[in-house]
Amino acid sequence: MLDVKRIRKDFPILNRLVNGKKLIYFDNAATSQTPKQVIDAISQYYFNNNSNVHRGVHFLSEEATSAFELSRNKIQEHFKISKSCQVIFTSGTTHSINIVASGYAQKLKKGDEIIVSELEHHSNIVPWQMLCERVGTKLRVIRMNSQGNLDIKSFEKILSKKTKLVFVNHVSNSLGTINPIEEIIFKAHKYGAKVIIDGAQAVPHFNPNLQKLDVDYYAFSAHKLCGPTGVGVLYGKEELLKDLPPYHGGGEMISNVTFEKTTYAEIPYKFEAGTPNISGVIGFGAALDYLNNIGFNNIISYEEELLKYATEKLNLINGLKIFGESINKTSVISFNVDEIHPYDIGLILDKMGIAVRTGKHCTQPIMDFYNIPGTVRASFAFYNTFEEIDKLVFAINKAINILK
Amino acid sequence: MKKINEIQTEIVEEFSFFEDWLQRYEYLIELGKSLPKINSKFMTDDYLINGCQSQVWLHAEFKKDKVIFTAESDAIISKGIIAILIRAFSNQTPIEIINAKTEFIDQIGLRENLSPSRSNGMFSMIKQIKMYALIFKTQLT
Repeated sequence: MLDVKRIRKDFPILNRLVNGKKLIYFDNAATSQTPKQVIDAISQYYFNNNSNVHRGVHFLSEEATSAFELSRNKIQEHFKISKSCQVIFTSGTTHSINIVASGYAQKLKKGDEIIVSELEHHSNIVPWQMLCERVGTKLRVIRMNSQGNLDIKSFEKILSKKTKLVFVNHVSNSLGTINPIEEIIFKAHKYGAKVIIDGAQAVPHFNPNLQKLDVDYYAFSAHKLCGPTGVGVLYGKEELLKDLPPYHGGGEMISNVTFEKTTYAEIPYKFEAGTPNISGVIGFGAALDYLNNIGFNNIISYEEELLKYATEKLNLINGLKIFGESINKTSVISFNVDEIHPYDIGLILDKMGIAVRTGKHCTQPIMDFYNIPGTVRASFAFYNTFEEIDKLVFAINKAINILK
Repeated sequence: MKKINEIQTEIVEEFSFFEDWLQRYEYLIELGKSLPKINSKFMTDDYLINGCQSQVWLHAEFKKDKVIFTAESDAIISKGIIAILIRAFSNQTPIEIINAKTEFIDQIGLRENLSPSRSNGMFSMIKQIKMYALIFKTQLT
């Protein structure tokens, strides 16, 4: 069981007043809040250890390097990755995806096909479209159904020997659907296609075993799971990462440089040109410690209760429709009330101290599917409470009264 | 005909009667209902204002030296905001619109609509209004 009252004390920001009301933060799918333990780890780094990593022989550089690499090991352990060199630090999920996309731009040729899903975030569509424009590959789409689930039959139909890459998010950011990636990976591999999974919305809610998943590449960001912004990870199978061309050039990613030829460093450093976000990486390690201390099993069961409670309560509101009703979903509720514009509801909720996201959530294809201008999205984390959900329901009813 | 700054003062005075945000928003929604409606044939992507979370269409025409604005939005708070702006800037000469100050927005307690974020609607609306005025001014010379 979670001691939510105690947990909330770790998050100073939850005591803030917003528009004169106590903040209710339901925009966790955009970014999670940061516990004191993570903030302390970052400030301790700047107080005591600040130095560049992998470069100096001096004491501080050694210390900073150890702390930096310790975070890599924590991530390796958390996601059951076989070697730490398979953990590449990036600036976030988008950066991770672009590393793979730009590498494949050199590997793919005209006539090859890339499959993405209709449930994707724009950041998962645009890099592949850019690749297709450059190389002449074709982009194909796995369709969704009205529950917000992927239509696996439509995937089977477009899968062929031409398929070189399949790209799907583990969890949809706007609907919360948990996609059946095991099945997608298994089917794609039968055709020899590689699979890249965007785990940004999955890793805050459960901890996937990346080795067991047999996924080829997996990307996520620290700031969605209580870590700082500007840090993310690209995981990949060792032989694939070795084979993938580097994304950008610079210091730290080379082993030998002459004006005639440069030899690249081994993975992961091949992809980590320039001074990395050292404090951010250390903060990420602290965030994983914090979450593992609470226990992902506890987080999962508590968030499931929050989701169930919120779904029941919201469904009682007249005219409210929830988008994304998969039985496998994370604690995210996207909704609209009758014809009221989500932006109007969002503004009124903000006035009452409640932070939600409104709009298309960077997933225009999903909004087009439902033929709506956007949704209001409330996303819950383990530090949210049932009382806060009651207040959300009260505030939505008040907004309806004002707006109708 | 009232000057832009006189109209703006008038709007600020109206909003000053209200003590809390709720009343201000209710009045804003009320004002949205009086919005001079755009001809539906102009409700196309060409007339959409970029940078709003909701859709706001704005049309301008030049009649007897004055710029006449009409608009529509799919969100009612945005409709109220564009209605206020049209009341302040419509039926004025291009040069007056271009030179007009916009501080009155701060004084009516709707500042959150002016935040420099991506969802920032009001800033884009003012920019578009001034852009139209600028185009008509260049046509004059």
